[in-house]
Amino acid sequence: MRRVFRGAAPALVFGSVGLIVWELGLLLAKPDGFVLPRPTEIVGSFVDNFTVIWTATVNTGYIVITGLIVGVLLGVVWSLLVSRFRLADETLTPLAIALNAIPIIALAPIFNAWYGLLSPTSNQAIVVLLVFFPVFINTTKGLTSVGATELDLMHSYAASKWEITKMVRIPNAMPLFFVSLKIASSLAVIGAIVAEYFGGRQDALGQFIVQNAASSRYTEAWAAVIAGSAMGIILYLLSGGVERIVTPWRPDVDVVVG
Amino acid sequence: MTGSDTGSKVAVSIESVSKVFNRGKPNEVRALDDINLDISEGSFVSLIGPSGCGKSTLLRLMAALTHPTGGSVTVNGKSADKARLDRDYGMAFQTSGLFEWRTVTQNIELPLQLMGWEKADRKARADEMLELVKLAEFATHYPRELSGGMQQRVAIARALAFRPSLLLMDEPFGALDEMTREHMQTEVLDIWARTGKTVVFVTHSIPEAVFLSQRVIVMSPRPGRITADIEVPLGVRGFETRESNRFFEKVTEVREALRFDKGGR
Ligand SMILES: Nc1ncnc2c1ncn2[C@@H]1O[C@H](COP(=O)(O)OP(=O)(O)O)[C@@H](O)[C@H]1O
Ligand SMILES: [Mg+2]
Repeated sequence: MRRVFRGAAPALVFGSVGLIVWELGLLLAKPDGFVLPRPTEIVGSFVDNFTVIWTATVNTGYIVITGLIVGVLLGVVWSLLVSRFRLADETLTPLAIALNAIPIIALAPIFNAWYGLLSPTSNQAIVVLLVFFPVFINTTKGLTSVGATELDLMHSYAASKWEITKMVRIPNAMPLFFVSLKIASSLAVIGAIVAEYFGGRQDALGQFIVQNAASSRYTEAWAAVIAGSAMGIILYLLSGGVERIVTPWRPDVDVVVG
Repeated sequence: MTGSDTGSKVAVSIESVSKVFNRGKPNEVRALDDINLDISEGSFVSLIGPSGCGKSTLLRLMAALTHPTGGSVTVNGKSADKARLDRDYGMAFQTSGLFEWRTVTQNIELPLQLMGWEKADRKARADEMLELVKLAEFATHYPRELSGGMQQRVAIARALAFRPSLLLMDEPFGALDEMTREHMQTEVLDIWARTGKTVVFVTHSIPEAVFLSQRVIVMSPRPGRITADIEVPLGVRGFETRESNRFFEKVTEVREALRFDKGGR
């Protein structure tokens, strides 16, 4: 815990200095018609609107987490199939690449038409699609980049394909899987909020931001952005925590993120 | 002891073996051509030759990790494939091939786990092997915490853990510094003396081949062939061996055999 704190210290100092510059800069320069509120104004708005923002964060958080779980599972299963069966590789890999080539956010209005404008399902679908690809591509890389010596060894033990997958490929894929999980958790937050701009629940972060920005209440919009960022950071830290538990053999390289 | 191989049982028998990679394609390589070689049980044999002469390919053929284009490979009286499925041999390579996510003990236990050993038996055997390679105090370390030489010792312990009758090693000390290397050579001979395994050892170091083996097989490239088969009757090796005249004579003999190949190319 102490090490985490020491590791985070430079980031905390840097962040604090940035906030002070932001606050003082706007306070002293008083730019006219500038729509960037000061940090203290944002915090004030956050406190004033806490119940509404909290509810919205919980609702968006539900989309993020469910979409993340489904998308990550889909990516992992897909990459296991592709790395294990040639036929799956020849069919599912191009399909994954094709899916990724779609500008996924552009599907949001279409999904709303499918699932109903106020249904959160369309937002979850966007998150699943966004999250799936980085998980798939990284995990597949990890599953297939096993050294020739390691494979020769396993064959010399007369290991079956499944034993090689279980004992070599999956542990070998862990580091890259966690890289993708961190990317995916940030993407999930972005995807959920942007998808909410187009529809879904009215009491969610995306709608809160859109509605407040539309009536020029930018400070409120910013307060909701802060809530979204906090969610992203928490998910990132959680991924890092799980990574440490699951891959204890790895050196502590990313101390800053705890 | 050293010297004549006749009379004892044959561990590996290679008859008229050839190996062509990418046959019929523009990048066709005749890696091995008409190889005949018998290795008797309990002997220590080295394969030596310049890079690309097919040493690794020959070793992989014995291990049934690849198959000959022509001829046959027999291990312990059965096909190489059968011997592989029976787990008749352990292997060690230039890179240790230790799994970074497993501790030293867990790495040694891996083949035992595949063979369905009970947990307690695995643990006992891993401890025993760690004693053998003098790494008992590193049992719970991860590979990245070990030096290159220590990693190779773990790899050898792992190769021997399931009591294979044969040990196949492909330049296992190639990446080590000279001092560690000599130390490891002594240890391998010690293990060989204590376990009585048949050892096939690939190297491109002449002193290493002469110091370790009872028999040095000299190979030449394009296509890979056996060009000399040199007995090394130096008896039990010790510290003095490396400085003895008979050692130098054998080193010279192997060097000449290798040089002759170059001239003949
Ligand atoms: N899988 C392979 N595909 C094509 N060529 C190969 C393959 N393995 C080895 N070779 C070729 O066979 C020859 C012998 O290789 P190798 O047995 O690795 O030699 P050595 O171990 O003596 O250096 C080389 O020319 C090498 O390029
Ligand atoms: Mg080689």
